[in-house]
Amino acid sequence: MNPEKTAPIIEVENLSFRFDGGPPVLEGVNLEIAAGDFASVIGPNGGGKTTLVKLIVGLLKPTTGRVRIFGLPPVKARPRIGYMPQHAMMDPRFPVRAIDVVLMGRLGSGRRFGSYSREDREAAAGALAKVNLEDLGARPFSDLSGGQRQRVLLARALVTDPELLLLDEPAAGLDQKVEQDFFELLQELNRQLTIVLVTHDLGFVAGFVRTVICVHGHVDIHPTSALDGRAISEIYGGEVRMVRHDLR
Amino acid sequence: MEFLNAVLEFEFLQHALVAGALAGIACGVVGSYVVVRRITYIAGAIAHCVLAGLGVGRWLQVVHGWPITPAQGAVVAAVAAALVIGLVSLHVREREDTIIGAVWAIGMAIGILFIAVTPGYHEDLMSYLFGNILLIGGGDLWMMAALDAVVLVLALGLYPQLEAVCFDEEFARLRGLNVEAYVLVLLVLTALTVVLLVSVVGIVLVIALLTLPAAIAGQFTATLRGMMALASLLAIAFTIAGLAVSYAPDLPAGATTIVIAGGAYLAVLALRRIAANFRS
Repeated sequence: MNPEKTAPIIEVENLSFRFDGGPPVLEGVNLEIAAGDFASVIGPNGGGKTTLVKLIVGLLKPTTGRVRIFGLPPVKARPRIGYMPQHAMMDPRFPVRAIDVVLMGRLGSGRRFGSYSREDREAAAGALAKVNLEDLGARPFSDLSGGQRQRVLLARALVTDPELLLLDEPAAGLDQKVEQDFFELLQELNRQLTIVLVTHDLGFVAGFVRTVICVHGHVDIHPTSALDGRAISEIYGGEVRMVRHDLR
Repeated sequence: MEFLNAVLEFEFLQHALVAGALAGIACGVVGSYVVVRRITYIAGAIAHCVLAGLGVGRWLQVVHGWPITPAQGAVVAAVAAALVIGLVSLHVREREDTIIGAVWAIGMAIGILFIAVTPGYHEDLMSYLFGNILLIGGGDLWMMAALDAVVLVLALGLYPQLEAVCFDEEFARLRGLNVEAYVLVLLVLTALTVVLLVSVVGIVLVIALLTLPAAIAGQFTATLRGMMALASLLAIAFTIAGLAVSYAPDLPAGATTIVIAGGAYLAVLALRRIAANFRS
């Protein structure tokens, strides 16, 4: 058997994190995510979900413990990771077309001077096709609907053919139908790559994901099927009712 | 008509037009970066630090006989201010605006002190602050052309990286870009452009010429590249219009240029609002 297949893609060991002098945001985190998984990171706001993702991609450094992606330190593994940040971070009036946003995914440390190559442009067009937006490349990013923008940002993350896709609240602000379509697209992509998805909307993703990572200071991992009302109320403090989906 | 005849007749007006074109190109390109990255305030601080460079440069030249010009002092001060502000804003997350405001005022104060202790030419202070495009000589034009070339090669050669850093800094970092280095490059480009513009409209009015053409262009273009091209054309047009309108009544050209640019910006905003109301 190929050891690449069995080794986990993400390994987190004894990780804790605090901002300078602040209280710990995460403590005693141990986590393994296998190749091909579709994992969801859930938990209350302020519970450390985004912090965990930023630690995984190396945007933050652990206070103690370590993170390995493909067996490498996060910064070295970055070329093989596709990342989709929270949508709210961007200026919606920035003058770019959809295709320009996707092209940004082609940037890398090897690039020096001059504009994008023909190869870059072809890859960007291909990535837009993968998210079913091939006709909207020339449209201003600001003219697109919320759902279309999310797909453009997904295409930007996919344009380098990553092996691991990390998404931070990709469905925030989308209506249910658009959200459903987006997750169906992710499910399709999951055939080729490992996906880790941050969300606060647990009820909805339960039907799609295989592993649920609960972040609330510390971290628990459950297979989706083992989630029950007690686990949920432990995370959210008992104020959330769970909508039960038919679990596969 | 009077202005056109004068342009053909007087070399200083020809110099002024060339200077306006050189400054306008860099202004449109770098001004677009400044507007989309929202660093107008930082550009303002850099502009006011230019007075320190002009003052110290003039002092060294007049009092100590050093072979340097105030304009060279301006380049040094602008780049130094850009690097200081850049490093502060990258590493000191708190009170960034306070520090930028302090650099702004301290740069200005140093300039005033050095101008005060330098004998003669106090009227220079006025042209530093409000510009005097009609005083630009042939030698100044060569220096402006050199600055322009440096700015354009860097600003256009690094376009993909700078665009990505302005659009989504975090994502750019994850793609392996050295975001800190690109932010500093952008601030140094802003500093060099500010020096180019100071001779056209003066320190106090620089921010307006840097941002108004880009802000207008941003209303009509779908790409950053297009915004830069249109902003450059507008900056050149405003400078020429400022010269032409101010010439016959003998008004200050820099201030006239800014009033025209500001009027155009407000007119565009108003027309777009009216157009939007008609559509809905």
